[in-house]
Amino acid sequence: MKVVIMGCGRVGARLAGLLDGDGHSVTILDTDTYSFRRLPPTFKGNALVGNGLDQEVLKRSGIEGADAFVATTQGDNRNIMASQIAKNIFNVPKVVSRIYDPLRQELYSTMGIEAISPTTIFAQILRERVES
Amino acid sequence: MYIIIIGGGRVGYYLTKALLSEGHEVVIIEKDAGVCKIINDELGGVCIRGDGCEAATLAEQGTSRADILIAVTGDDEDNLVACQVAKYRFNVARTIARIRNPQNEIVFRKLGIDITVDSTNVILEHIKGELPTYPLTHLKDLGEVGLEIVEVRILPDSKAVGKKVKELPLPPGSRLSLIIHQSQKPHIPSADTTIRDGDRIIAITTPEQEETLRTALSGT
Repeated sequence: MKVVIMGCGRVGARLAGLLDGDGHSVTILDTDTYSFRRLPPTFKGNALVGNGLDQEVLKRSGIEGADAFVATTQGDNRNIMASQIAKNIFNVPKVVSRIYDPLRQELYSTMGIEAISPTTIFAQILRERVES
Repeated sequence: MYIIIIGGGRVGYYLTKALLSEGHEVVIIEKDAGVCKIINDELGGVCIRGDGCEAATLAEQGTSRADILIAVTGDDEDNLVACQVAKYRFNVARTIARIRNPQNEIVFRKLGIDITVDSTNVILEHIKGELPTYPLTHLKDLGEVGLEIVEVRILPDSKAVGKKVKELPLPPGSRLSLIIHQSQKPHIPSADTTIRDGDRIIAITTPEQEETLRTALSGT
Protein backbone atom coordinates (compact mmCIF):
# COMPACT_ATOMS: atom_id res chain seq x y z
CA MET A 1 0.00 0.00 0.00
CA LYS A 2 1.14 3.57 -0.73
CA VAL A 3 0.70 5.84 2.28
CA VAL A 4 1.30 9.57 2.73
CA ILE A 5 1.66 10.86 6.31
CA MET A 6 1.54 14.58 7.07
CA GLY A 7 3.37 15.63 10.25
CA CYS A 8 6.51 13.92 11.53
CA GLY A 9 5.90 14.36 15.24
CA ARG A 10 6.12 11.46 17.68
CA VAL A 11 2.94 9.86 16.40
CA GLY A 12 3.62 10.48 12.71
CA ALA A 13 7.19 9.21 12.91
CA ARG A 14 6.17 6.13 14.86
CA LEU A 15 3.34 5.33 12.45
CA ALA A 16 5.73 5.80 9.52
CA GLY A 17 8.15 3.32 11.11
CA LEU A 18 5.41 0.77 11.75
CA LEU A 19 3.90 0.96 8.25
CA ASP A 20 7.36 0.88 6.67
CA GLY A 21 8.17 -2.19 8.74
CA ASP A 22 4.99 -3.84 7.45
CA GLY A 23 6.33 -3.41 3.91
CA HIS A 24 4.22 -0.43 2.80
CA SER A 25 5.58 2.39 0.72
CA VAL A 26 5.56 5.43 3.03
CA THR A 27 6.13 9.14 2.32
CA ILE A 28 6.19 11.43 5.36
CA LEU A 29 5.84 15.21 5.14
CA ASP A 30 6.91 17.88 7.59
CA THR A 31 7.63 21.60 7.34
CA ASP A 32 10.77 21.18 9.45
CA THR A 33 13.65 18.86 8.47
CA TYR A 34 14.64 18.62 12.13
CA SER A 35 11.48 16.56 12.75
CA PHE A 36 12.79 13.74 10.60
CA ARG A 37 15.29 12.85 13.36
CA ARG A 38 12.38 11.01 14.98
CA LEU A 39 12.20 8.47 12.14
CA PRO A 40 13.73 5.11 13.03
CA PRO A 41 17.16 4.46 11.45
CA THR A 42 15.68 1.51 9.58
CA PHE A 43 13.08 3.71 7.79
CA LYS A 44 13.24 3.07 4.03
CA GLY A 45 10.47 5.45 2.92
CA ASN A 46 10.65 9.05 1.73
CA ALA A 47 10.90 12.07 4.00
CA LEU A 48 9.77 15.23 2.21
CA VAL A 49 10.03 18.81 3.46
CA GLY A 50 6.96 20.91 2.73
CA ASN A 51 3.56 22.09 3.82
CA GLY A 52 0.91 19.43 3.32
CA LEU A 53 -1.74 22.09 2.75
CA ASP A 54 -0.01 23.03 -0.48
CA GLN A 55 -1.29 20.99 -3.39
CA GLU A 56 2.05 21.14 -5.20
CA VAL A 57 3.73 19.58 -2.18
CA LEU A 58 1.01 16.94 -1.94
CA LYS A 59 1.50 16.06 -5.62
CA ARG A 60 5.24 15.70 -5.07
CA SER A 61 4.50 13.37 -2.17
CA GLY A 62 2.72 11.09 -4.63
CA ILE A 63 -0.75 11.64 -3.22
CA GLU A 64 -2.32 11.12 -6.65
CA GLY A 65 -1.63 7.39 -6.56
CA ALA A 66 -1.78 6.95 -2.78
CA ASP A 67 -4.04 4.37 -1.10
CA ALA A 68 -4.10 6.16 2.24
CA PHE A 69 -3.46 9.59 3.76
CA VAL A 70 -2.94 10.28 7.46
CA ALA A 71 -2.84 13.78 9.02
CA THR A 72 -0.95 13.94 12.33
CA THR A 73 0.25 17.52 12.69
CA GLN A 74 -0.23 19.45 15.92
CA GLY A 75 -2.95 21.63 14.42
CA ASP A 76 -6.52 20.34 14.27
CA ASN A 77 -7.45 22.74 11.51
CA ARG A 78 -4.40 21.84 9.44
CA ASN A 79 -5.28 18.15 9.78
CA ILE A 80 -8.91 18.85 8.87
CA MET A 81 -8.03 20.88 5.80
CA ALA A 82 -5.38 18.47 4.54
CA SER A 83 -7.73 15.50 5.00
CA GLN A 84 -10.45 17.20 3.02
CA ILE A 85 -8.01 18.03 0.22
CA ALA A 86 -6.83 14.41 0.16
CA LYS A 87 -10.38 13.08 0.15
CA ASN A 88 -12.21 15.58 -2.07
CA ILE A 89 -9.53 16.84 -4.45
CA PHE A 90 -7.22 13.85 -4.80
CA ASN A 91 -9.82 11.13 -4.10
CA VAL A 92 -7.57 9.15 -1.77
CA PRO A 93 -9.64 6.08 -0.77
CA LYS A 94 -8.60 5.98 2.91
CA VAL A 95 -8.11 9.21 4.88
CA VAL A 96 -7.58 9.29 8.63
CA SER A 97 -7.05 12.41 10.70
CA ARG A 98 -6.14 13.26 14.26
CA ILE A 99 -8.39 15.92 15.77
CA TYR A 100 -7.73 16.81 19.40
CA ASP A 101 -10.92 18.82 19.89
CA PRO A 102 -13.77 16.31 20.55
CA LEU A 103 -16.44 18.68 19.18
CA ARG A 104 -14.62 19.21 15.91
CA GLN A 105 -13.91 15.48 15.72
CA GLU A 106 -17.64 14.79 16.04
CA LEU A 107 -18.63 17.34 13.39
CA TYR A 108 -16.10 16.18 10.82
CA SER A 109 -16.91 12.52 11.45
CA THR A 110 -20.48 13.29 10.41
CA MET A 111 -19.05 14.99 7.32
CA GLY A 112 -17.29 11.81 6.24
CA ILE A 113 -13.78 12.40 7.57
CA GLU A 114 -12.47 9.48 9.57
CA ALA A 115 -11.25 11.37 12.63
CA ILE A 116 -9.75 10.15 15.88
CA SER A 117 -9.71 12.32 18.99
CA PRO A 118 -6.80 11.33 21.28
CA THR A 119 -8.38 13.56 23.93
CA THR A 120 -11.53 11.47 24.17
CA ILE A 121 -9.73 8.14 23.96
CA PHE A 122 -7.00 8.98 26.44
CA ALA A 123 -9.44 10.44 28.97
CA GLN A 124 -11.44 7.21 28.81
CA ILE A 125 -8.33 5.08 29.34
CA LEU A 126 -7.28 7.21 32.29
CA ARG A 127 -10.76 6.92 33.81
CA GLU A 128 -10.66 3.14 33.52
CA ARG A 129 -7.22 3.04 35.18
CA VAL A 130 -8.30 5.36 37.98
CA GLU A 131 -11.53 3.50 38.66
CA SER A 132 -10.08 -0.03 38.49
CA MET B 1 -27.97 41.96 9.54
CA TYR B 2 -26.16 39.94 12.19
CA ILE B 3 -22.55 39.40 11.08
CA ILE B 4 -19.90 37.37 12.90
CA ILE B 5 -16.26 38.05 12.14
CA ILE B 6 -13.52 35.60 13.05
CA GLY B 7 -10.12 37.20 13.62
CA GLY B 8 -9.44 40.63 15.08
CA GLY B 9 -6.36 41.53 13.04
CA ARG B 10 -6.20 44.57 10.78
CA VAL B 11 -8.68 43.16 8.28
CA GLY B 12 -11.15 42.12 10.98
CA TYR B 13 -10.87 45.45 12.78
CA TYR B 14 -11.48 47.70 9.76
CA LEU B 15 -14.17 45.39 8.43
CA THR B 16 -16.01 45.59 11.75
CA LYS B 17 -15.70 49.35 11.82
CA ALA B 18 -17.16 49.63 8.31
CA LEU B 19 -19.99 47.19 8.99
CA LEU B 20 -20.91 48.88 12.30
CA SER B 21 -21.10 52.26 10.58
CA GLU B 22 -23.55 50.74 8.11
CA GLY B 23 -25.75 49.83 11.04
CA HIS B 24 -25.17 46.09 11.20
CA GLU B 25 -24.96 44.03 14.35
CA VAL B 26 -21.37 42.78 14.47
CA VAL B 27 -19.40 40.48 16.77
CA ILE B 28 -15.68 39.71 16.39
CA ILE B 29 -14.25 36.54 17.86
CA GLU B 30 -10.53 36.81 18.58
CA LYS B 31 -8.17 34.45 20.44
CA ASP B 32 -5.78 37.04 21.85
CA ALA B 33 -6.98 38.82 25.02
CA GLY B 34 -4.78 41.88 24.38
CA VAL B 35 -6.10 42.35 20.86
CA CYS B 36 -9.67 41.97 22.17
CA LYS B 37 -9.12 44.68 24.75
CA ILE B 38 -7.78 47.16 22.20
CA ILE B 39 -10.75 46.56 19.90
CA ASN B 40 -13.26 46.86 22.74
CA ASP B 41 -11.66 50.08 23.99
CA GLU B 42 -11.96 51.57 20.53
CA LEU B 43 -15.18 50.17 19.14
CA GLY B 44 -17.19 49.33 22.26
CA GLY B 45 -17.91 45.78 23.46
CA VAL B 46 -17.93 44.06 20.08
CA CYS B 47 -15.03 41.68 20.57
CA ILE B 48 -15.38 38.33 22.33
CA ARG B 49 -12.31 36.38 23.34
CA GLY B 50 -12.42 32.82 22.06
CA ASP B 51 -11.61 30.33 19.33
CA GLY B 52 -13.88 30.96 16.36
CA CYS B 53 -13.41 27.39 15.16
CA GLU B 54 -14.96 25.95 18.33
CA ALA B 55 -18.63 25.11 18.17
CA ALA B 56 -19.07 26.08 21.84
CA THR B 57 -17.78 29.62 21.24
CA LEU B 58 -19.94 30.03 18.17
CA ALA B 59 -23.00 28.71 20.04
CA GLU B 60 -22.51 31.32 22.79
CA GLN B 61 -22.62 34.07 20.19
CA GLY B 62 -25.89 32.83 18.75
CA THR B 63 -24.35 31.80 15.47
CA SER B 64 -27.50 30.02 14.33
CA ARG B 65 -29.21 33.38 13.90
CA ALA B 66 -26.24 34.97 12.06
CA ASP B 67 -26.80 36.02 8.46
CA ILE B 68 -23.14 35.97 7.50
CA LEU B 69 -19.91 34.63 9.00
CA ILE B 70 -16.67 36.14 7.72
CA ALA B 71 -13.37 34.45 8.63
CA VAL B 72 -10.38 36.75 8.20
CA THR B 73 -7.61 35.26 10.33
CA GLY B 74 -4.16 35.01 8.76
CA ASP B 75 -4.38 31.23 8.38
CA ASP B 76 -6.30 29.64 5.55
CA GLU B 77 -6.98 26.44 7.48
CA ASP B 78 -8.50 28.32 10.43
CA ASN B 79 -10.73 30.31 8.09
CA LEU B 80 -11.86 27.12 6.37
CA VAL B 81 -12.79 25.37 9.61
CA ALA B 82 -14.56 28.41 11.10
CA CYS B 83 -16.70 28.69 7.97
CA GLN B 84 -17.44 24.97 7.82
CA VAL B 85 -18.45 24.80 11.48
CA ALA B 86 -20.73 27.82 10.95
CA LYS B 87 -22.24 26.34 7.83
CA TYR B 88 -22.67 22.69 8.77
CA ARG B 89 -23.35 23.03 12.48
CA PHE B 90 -25.24 26.34 12.65
CA ASN B 91 -26.67 26.57 9.12
CA VAL B 92 -25.30 30.04 8.48
CA ALA B 93 -26.50 30.98 5.00
CA ARG B 94 -23.39 32.81 3.81
CA THR B 95 -19.82 32.11 4.78
CA ILE B 96 -16.92 34.18 3.50
CA ALA B 97 -13.27 33.19 3.94
CA ARG B 98 -10.12 35.18 3.41
CA ILE B 99 -7.42 33.09 1.75
CA ARG B 100 -3.70 33.61 1.43
CA ASN B 101 -2.78 30.79 -0.92
CA PRO B 102 -4.42 31.46 -4.32
CA GLN B 103 -4.72 27.70 -4.97
CA ASN B 104 -7.14 27.41 -2.09
CA GLU B 105 -9.90 29.25 -3.91
CA ILE B 106 -10.97 26.10 -5.76
CA VAL B 107 -10.45 23.92 -2.68
CA PHE B 108 -12.61 26.14 -0.49
CA ARG B 109 -15.38 26.35 -3.05
CA LYS B 110 -15.40 22.58 -3.34
CA LEU B 111 -15.60 22.29 0.44
CA GLY B 112 -18.73 24.42 0.71
CA ILE B 113 -17.44 27.94 1.42
CA ASP B 114 -19.67 30.46 -0.38
CA ILE B 115 -17.20 33.24 -1.13
CA THR B 116 -13.41 33.50 -0.90
CA VAL B 117 -11.39 36.68 -0.91
CA ASP B 118 -7.83 36.12 -1.97
CA SER B 119 -5.72 39.06 -0.81
CA THR B 120 -2.59 37.78 -2.56
CA ASN B 121 -4.34 37.55 -5.89
CA VAL B 122 -6.03 40.94 -5.53
CA ILE B 123 -2.63 42.57 -5.04
CA LEU B 124 -1.04 40.47 -7.77
CA GLU B 125 -3.68 41.39 -10.35
CA HIS B 126 -3.37 45.07 -9.45
CA ILE B 127 0.38 44.95 -9.96
CA LYS B 128 0.02 43.02 -13.21
CA GLY B 129 -2.47 45.62 -14.45
CA GLU B 130 0.15 48.32 -13.93
CA LEU B 131 2.92 46.48 -15.74
CA PRO B 132 2.86 46.81 -19.53
CA THR B 133 4.45 43.39 -20.07
CA TYR B 134 1.47 41.46 -18.73
CA PRO B 135 -0.97 41.16 -21.62
CA LEU B 136 -3.91 39.79 -19.60
CA THR B 137 -5.38 40.99 -16.32
CA HIS B 138 -8.35 39.50 -14.46
CA LEU B 139 -10.86 42.20 -13.66
CA LYS B 140 -13.70 40.18 -12.20
CA ASP B 141 -14.34 36.53 -11.56
CA LEU B 142 -17.97 35.50 -12.07
CA GLY B 143 -17.33 32.07 -10.56
CA GLU B 144 -20.98 31.20 -10.02
CA VAL B 145 -21.70 31.33 -13.78
CA GLY B 146 -18.29 30.05 -14.86
CA LEU B 147 -17.21 33.28 -16.57
CA GLU B 148 -14.63 35.97 -16.00
CA ILE B 149 -14.03 39.50 -17.20
CA VAL B 150 -10.48 40.18 -18.38
CA GLU B 151 -8.50 43.00 -19.90
CA VAL B 152 -6.11 42.21 -22.75
CA ARG B 153 -3.50 44.71 -23.93
CA ILE B 154 -2.54 44.76 -27.54
CA LEU B 155 1.22 45.13 -27.86
CA PRO B 156 2.94 46.45 -31.03
CA ASP B 157 4.25 43.01 -32.09
CA SER B 158 0.92 41.23 -31.65
CA LYS B 159 -0.28 39.48 -34.81
CA ALA B 160 -3.83 40.73 -34.17
CA VAL B 161 -2.77 44.33 -34.94
CA GLY B 162 -4.42 45.51 -38.18
CA LYS B 163 -6.90 42.60 -38.24
CA LYS B 164 -10.66 42.87 -38.00
CA VAL B 165 -12.48 41.27 -35.05
CA LYS B 166 -14.17 38.75 -37.40
CA GLU B 167 -10.75 37.61 -38.67
CA LEU B 168 -9.46 36.71 -35.20
CA PRO B 169 -9.45 33.07 -34.07
CA LEU B 170 -11.50 33.83 -30.95
CA PRO B 171 -12.47 30.84 -28.82
CA PRO B 172 -16.19 30.00 -28.55
CA GLY B 173 -17.91 31.50 -25.53
CA SER B 174 -15.58 34.52 -25.49
CA ARG B 175 -16.79 37.99 -26.38
CA LEU B 176 -15.00 41.30 -26.83
CA SER B 177 -17.12 43.82 -24.95
CA LEU B 178 -15.23 47.08 -25.04
CA ILE B 179 -12.16 48.59 -26.69
CA ILE B 180 -10.32 51.40 -24.96
CA HIS B 181 -7.77 53.43 -26.91
CA GLN B 182 -6.08 56.67 -25.90
CA SER B 183 -7.10 58.51 -29.06
CA GLN B 184 -10.86 57.99 -28.89
CA LYS B 185 -13.83 57.23 -26.67
CA PRO B 186 -14.19 53.65 -25.42
CA HIS B 187 -16.41 51.78 -27.89
CA ILE B 188 -18.13 48.43 -28.25
CA PRO B 189 -16.40 46.55 -31.07
CA SER B 190 -18.30 45.12 -34.03
CA ALA B 191 -17.16 42.33 -36.37
CA ASP B 192 -15.55 44.95 -38.62
CA THR B 193 -13.65 46.83 -35.92
CA THR B 194 -9.90 46.82 -36.55
CA ILE B 195 -7.56 45.99 -33.69
CA ARG B 196 -4.82 48.55 -33.15
CA ASP B 197 -1.56 48.71 -31.28
CA GLY B 198 -2.21 50.06 -27.79
CA ASP B 199 -5.83 48.89 -27.59
CA ARG B 200 -7.06 47.69 -24.22
CA ILE B 201 -9.79 45.14 -24.78
CA ILE B 202 -12.29 44.22 -22.09
CA ALA B 203 -13.53 40.70 -22.80
CA ILE B 204 -15.76 38.07 -21.26
CA THR B 205 -14.39 34.54 -21.33
CA THR B 206 -14.20 31.31 -19.35
CA PRO B 207 -11.18 30.22 -17.29
CA GLU B 208 -10.66 27.36 -19.79
CA GLN B 209 -10.68 29.63 -22.87
CA GLU B 210 -8.60 32.38 -21.30
CA GLU B 211 -5.28 31.19 -22.74
CA THR B 212 -6.71 30.77 -26.29
CA LEU B 213 -8.20 34.27 -26.08
CA ARG B 214 -4.90 35.72 -24.93
CA THR B 215 -3.04 34.05 -27.81
CA ALA B 216 -5.66 35.19 -30.35
CA LEU B 217 -5.35 38.79 -29.26
CA SER B 218 -1.82 39.37 -28.04
CA GLY B 219 0.07 36.36 -29.44
CA THR B 220 3.06 37.15 -31.63
